[in-house]
Amino acid sequence: MVENVKELIKAHEGIKHEVYLDNENSTMVPNEIIEKMLPYYNKRSYGNPTLTHKPGWEAFETIMESAQKISEFIGAKILEEITFTPGATEANNLALLGSILSKKNSGKKIVISEIEPISIIRVTEMLEKFGFSIIKIHVDDKGFVNLEELQEQTDKDVVLVSLSAVNNEIGTIQPLKDAVRIAKEKNPNVIFHTDASDAYGRIGLNVRDLNVDMATINSYKILGPRGIGALYTKEGLEIDRILEGQIGTQRLWPGIENTPLIVGFTKASETVFQDFEKNINHVKVLRDKLMDGIFGNLSEVILNGPKNEKRAPDNLNISFLRCEGEALTIELSLRGVYVSSGSACSRRLLQPSHVLVAIGRKFSEAHGSILMKISRLHTKEDINYVLDELPKAVNRIRGIVGSTGID
Amino acid sequence: MSRSPLPYSQKVIDLFRNPKNQGKIKNPTVTSVAGNPACGDMITFYLKINKKDVVEKISFESYGCAANIATASIVTELIKGMSLKETWNKLTWRKVVEEVGGLPNVKSHCGILAVGAVKRAIRKYYQQKGSFPSWLPNELASEEKQALEEEELAEKLSRK
Repeated sequence: MVENVKELIKAHEGIKHEVYLDNENSTMVPNEIIEKMLPYYNKRSYGNPTLTHKPGWEAFETIMESAQKISEFIGAKILEEITFTPGATEANNLALLGSILSKKNSGKKIVISEIEPISIIRVTEMLEKFGFSIIKIHVDDKGFVNLEELQEQTDKDVVLVSLSAVNNEIGTIQPLKDAVRIAKEKNPNVIFHTDASDAYGRIGLNVRDLNVDMATINSYKILGPRGIGALYTKEGLEIDRILEGQIGTQRLWPGIENTPLIVGFTKASETVFQDFEKNINHVKVLRDKLMDGIFGNLSEVILNGPKNEKRAPDNLNISFLRCEGEALTIELSLRGVYVSSGSACSRRLLQPSHVLVAIGRKFSEAHGSILMKISRLHTKEDINYVLDELPKAVNRIRGIVGSTGID
Repeated sequence: MSRSPLPYSQKVIDLFRNPKNQGKIKNPTVTSVAGNPACGDMITFYLKINKKDVVEKISFESYGCAANIATASIVTELIKGMSLKETWNKLTWRKVVEEVGGLPNVKSHCGILAVGAVKRAIRKYYQQKGSFPSWLPNELASEEKQALEEEELAEKLSRK
C-alpha cells in the first residue's frame, strides 16, 4: 500500500502552484514557529521541569511563562488554570471524563449538541455504557443550538454540559455566553465545558466573561505544532486525572512535559494575537473573496452554515451538487488544491458528516461538501488560483456524473 | 465517523483521470443503475447488446468516489465484446478489484456496485426480451444482493 502512495504522490508532478486549505485537519507550521521551538530540544529547557538542576529549572521557567501567556490570551485568572495536553482530543477526554469521575455521586445526564466534534461524541458514547444518558440538543439549519431546548433539558440530573464555541465544520459561532447563563440559571451545579478549538485565535474568547468552567484549545488550529493543546479548568473546579503516572508541573496530566511543543503553541498564540484584528481581517477578506468567486462562477452550490458575522472568519463549507466530495478532493489535489470533504466516501460508513446531516442537508448534498479554511499565510494569488482550478475540477467531476445522481 | 487512509493504486488514479467509455451512448438496448445519491455512490451503465447477446457497446456515468469511477470504467473495458452468458459467469467483484490493482478494503463495495449494476442489466435485458436463458438463475447474484442492501441501508439512514 505504501508503494501505491508513492505513485499517488508522483502523479502530482508538474503542479504549478499549491494551496493548502485543509487547515481543519492539520496545518503547516510556519518557519518562525519552528525556529522558536528548535533551541528547546537541545540548547535550553530540555530538562525535566520537576528536577533540581539548571536544564530542569529552565524548563520550569519556560512552561510557567508559557502557561501564563496562554492564560492571559483566553482571559483566565491564573496560570494554574491551564493544563497542557497532547491535543484537543485529549483535552476533551480529560474535561468530560475527569469531571464525571470527580462527580461520582451527582446526576446521570450529560448535555451536548448534535454537532459536537467527534471526540466529544465518542466520549459521551463511552459514558453511555456506564449508565449516563446523553442528551443531544438540536441545531437549526445554520447550526445554532436551540437555547430553549437547552434550558428545558438542563435539569437537576444534568452534571455536565459541553457545547463547542465555534463549530469546526460549518463555522457557526454559538451564542455561548447565553448558553452558559441559561444552563447555570436552570442548574447552578452544572459544569460547563466548551471546545473552543475553532474560536481560539479567530473570535474574541474570554473564559471568565463567558463563565465557562472548562475550555479546550488547540495548537495546530492556529498554525502551531500538532501534538499539543490545553484545557482551561476554572480555579476551584474539582476534576480528576484520567491518566496516571508521574505528576510534574501539571496536576491533571502526568508524564514529562513537552517543552518545545509548549513553546511552539505559545509562539503561535502570540503571533495570532499580536495583530489580531489585522490577521482576522486578512483571513476574512480572502474567505469572502473565495466564497463570492465560487458562488459567482458555479451553479448548484450551497453554503453550509451561516453567512454573516456569526460565521468564523476562516471557515468556508460548500456543497457542490451533482459532485461527489471524495472524487472532488482527489481532482483538486491533482491540481494542487488541498481540501477535505464531508462525504461518506472518505469515511468508513455510509453516513456523511453528522454536522451536515444535523443542519438538514440531504445525504446527496452532504456527499458533495468541501471544507476549506483560510489561514493568515494565504495570499490573494492563492485564492485566485483556487478560483481558476475549482470550476474546472467541479465541471470535470460533474461530466463523469452526467445525468446519474440527480435527485 | 471514522476515516481510513486511501492509498489508491496507480491504475485507479489513471482511470479516474482518464476514464474509458464515459458518458451516454445513443439508443442503448438496456440501461441499469446501482447505488443511489444517498449512498454517495451511484453507477449507470448503458449497454448496446446485439442479436447474439453480445455486449457490442457499453458506457457508464458515475456519481461517486475515485474507486467508483475506476471500477465502472474497468468493467466497461472487461465486458465489451463478451457474451452476456460469459459476463454473468466470469465478472465478479474480486476480478474487478484485481483489475484496478487492488482497492482499500473499505472500497470493495465500489467493485460490488459496478458488478451488481452489470448483472442487473443482464437480467433487465432478458426481461425486456421476455425470455430467460437457462444459465440465468432466479436467485440474485451476490453482487446484486449487496448492491440492494447498500441502497436500502443508505435510504434508511438518510431518512432518519
